[in-house]
Amino acid sequence: MTSTNSASVAAVEAHSSEFLVFSLGEEEYAIDILKVQEIRGYENVTRIANAPDFIKGVTNLRGVIVPIVDLRIKFHLDKVEYGGQTVVIVVNVGERIVGIVVDGVSDVMTLTPEQIKPAPEFGVTLSSDYLSGLGSLEDRMLVLVDIEKLLTSEEMAIVDHVSE
Amino acid sequence: MDISDFYETFFEEAEELLGDMERHLLELDIDEPDAEQLNAIFRAAHSIKGGAGTFGFDVLQQTTHLLENLLDHTRRGELALRRDIVDTFLEAKDMLHDQLDAYRNGAEPDPEAFERICKTLQTLALEEMGKSVDGGSDSAAQPTVAVEPKENAEPSVEESSEPAASKSADVAADSGRLSVALIDVSEKDRETLVEELGNLGKVLDQQGDAKRYVVELETNASRGDIEAVMCFIVEPEQLEIQTAAPAQAVVDSVAETQDTPSDAKQEASGGDPQTPVPVANKPPAAKTKPKANSNAKGGGGESTSIRVPVDKVDQIINLVGELIITQSMLDQTASELDGVSHGALVNGMSLLQRNARDLQEAVMSIRMVPMDYVFSRFPRLVRDLAAKLDKDVELVTEGKSTELDKGLTERIIDPLTHLVRNSLDHGIETPDAREAAGKSRTGKLTLSAQHQGGNILIEVVDDGAGLNREKLLAKARSNGLSVSDSMSDDEVWQLIFAPGFSTAEQVSDVSGRGVGMDVVKRNIQSMGGHVEILSRPGEGTTTRIVLPLTLAILDGMSIKVGEEMYILPLGAVLESLQPTAEDLYAMPGNDILLKVRDEYLPVIAVQEVLDVEKACTAPTDCIAVIVQGEGRRYALLVDDLVGQQQVVVKNLETNYRKVPGVSAATILGDGSVALILDIADMHRLSRTKQEARQTRLPAVSNKPLPFKEVEPS
Repeated sequence: MTSTNSASVAAVEAHSSEFLVFSLGEEEYAIDILKVQEIRGYENVTRIANAPDFIKGVTNLRGVIVPIVDLRIKFHLDKVEYGGQTVVIVVNVGERIVGIVVDGVSDVMTLTPEQIKPAPEFGVTLSSDYLSGLGSLEDRMLVLVDIEKLLTSEEMAIVDHVSE
Repeated sequence: MDISDFYETFFEEAEELLGDMERHLLELDIDEPDAEQLNAIFRAAHSIKGGAGTFGFDVLQQTTHLLENLLDHTRRGELALRRDIVDTFLEAKDMLHDQLDAYRNGAEPDPEAFERICKTLQTLALEEMGKSVDGGSDSAAQPTVAVEPKENAEPSVEESSEPAASKSADVAADSGRLSVALIDVSEKDRETLVEELGNLGKVLDQQGDAKRYVVELETNASRGDIEAVMCFIVEPEQLEIQTAAPAQAVVDSVAETQDTPSDAKQEASGGDPQTPVPVANKPPAAKTKPKANSNAKGGGGESTSIRVPVDKVDQIINLVGELIITQSMLDQTASELDGVSHGALVNGMSLLQRNARDLQEAVMSIRMVPMDYVFSRFPRLVRDLAAKLDKDVELVTEGKSTELDKGLTERIIDPLTHLVRNSLDHGIETPDAREAAGKSRTGKLTLSAQHQGGNILIEVVDDGAGLNREKLLAKARSNGLSVSDSMSDDEVWQLIFAPGFSTAEQVSDVSGRGVGMDVVKRNIQSMGGHVEILSRPGEGTTTRIVLPLTLAILDGMSIKVGEEMYILPLGAVLESLQPTAEDLYAMPGNDILLKVRDEYLPVIAVQEVLDVEKACTAPTDCIAVIVQGEGRRYALLVDDLVGQQQVVVKNLETNYRKVPGVSAATILGDGSVALILDIADMHRLSRTKQEARQTRLPAVSNKPLPFKEVEPS
């Protein structure tokens, strides 16, 4: 199990946590690796009518119907293309499974608390509410996204807020 | 493992037991109670008590304990049943249910209610037991007389069976000296107890301290009686009763708590359904046999069913669904192969297909429960309501073994309850009115269930006054609904499903507030079913509910719109046709009507409602599928009909949210997802879309509007 694995890792490297790094356009983003279920290709997505444009539709993940969100559209990137290289990160948020489309997945990083800086107040497209900080790593800067907060937020329209 | 892990099992079991108890109580013939039923009721109470004790639900345990004692006397014939006693038992059962709910929600039961029910039971026990104990001593004076056959029956059954030796002391003490030891009883209670004992017999000697106080008693009452009376004040563990007479002291070496003898008796008498309680005149040998038999049967009955959480079953159903999809994918690939050179594979594939279907059917049947699960809660409701309304009503249930998906049975209960209430309140007349109309004073309410194709048909039939056409029409007019006298009966009956509609002259607390039938209809429609009403004045009303057998599998029609595939529930599809320009009528506001035979149906283009690209836009190029949803008919324009197939329904809301116009999703043979359209919601969605933006369909025809009454849409 991933949880026990990472728990022992965490015990060794006290307080540091692991992040999955992915790219959207020129930026590098990172999410808590414990939220990641799997990474797969972008295929066979059924469109849902009358949904926001960044919700690409739903797909069949071994019998489970999973919505697919394109973060590139959500973050207003200029270039949104789908091809053999398009990657979907399947994440577990709350009780739900959601797939997010990104430009590419680069690596898994371990960040110590010292390397995580608080997120500055910025951005209209990506409110700092959904950021858990900025990771500085030598010459790289990672935007740490609180994926759970982001995907369950009202503006993502994945969770029915009326009924909950 | 924590003991609390077993709570849920206990709650479920207790709930079932309470259900059994209620059913038996209601079926009980008060004048000649069936021994087996009394035993069953007692057993239920006893099991609940045991469980409650194990889990430390004190209040529940104490209440069941009191009830159990009374039931014990009832089943031994020492307490004559009366209607009000049964009522008290029922009330106690309700209270137990409340307590169970409280524990289930992690709360303590209402102490006031607990006290009240305890008092009621205690009063009943003291009043009635006082009488019966007197009776008992009378009969004991002439022990050969058959007044006390049960007491005699007990030992005769037990003597012949192995563990009986110690029990016989219980009854052997019938007359003679008993030494009753009270352990840890406060002085005040002790006085009451001694006084109580004095009522039962003659107190010869009393001595001891608060720790152990021994009362020597000469009495004709049995130990069971003494315990029953005493345990209203003290716990059974605080009581030790021994036969003081030396002759009997041998068999009575063990001081028994109150539970042990009743367990044994329960086994002895409960295990033998055929033997009536008074069995004194039968030879003992004959009795042991049926007992052994039925014990074996009983043991077998327990092991034939297992309790499984629903989500485990759902998981299996899910996996089998996946298997079917994989199988059909393989099938597709295999069908492209050459049948001659791959004969074995093709044969294997067809075998796999058959096995997979069988497996699916078998798995689906796990979710099926008999309608008895639903019907069993109505005898009580009918009994209570009939009493409240001063009506005589006989409830008949048919087709109890008809099976229905568990998920549906739970959802059908509310609508059905409403219909039954309605029938009792508005349908069946008072006895006097019935007599005046030449009918029997007792009204008849029938609940029936039967399978019809892939559907289940549930009917609520009453032989009451029937619906009043004139009254309904008048009421509809005063409610501002558009009605005409020329409406057919069926259409008039459908009026009662309009919101805020009630013809009851007086609003009673049973029904008549007019918030019911529309909700009933909506509930049933949300389950994919529909309601019909048949009624004849003076002869009664039949409400018929038609439901699909399961929600997990749907007979669907796959349709193509542009490049996209959708599924329509086959039950909603009436017919499909290619519309011609002559049959299409343009309406103001970009609406189009399609004339099908003599009906004008609103037309909804799927590509427009769901924003499908590259779909055909000219209605005459499309195929119109006539569908019916929420009693409304309309035509859906689609590009192509692909075929009919059974699909496994997958919830979209598990990981996403409710999508307007879509009820669920399914996975097609190629592994892709197709959305299942919600017929009723499509119509609403189309309305809101038209209001929101002024898209226009190309007007096909400029024919003038026909001056005809057009179905309101």
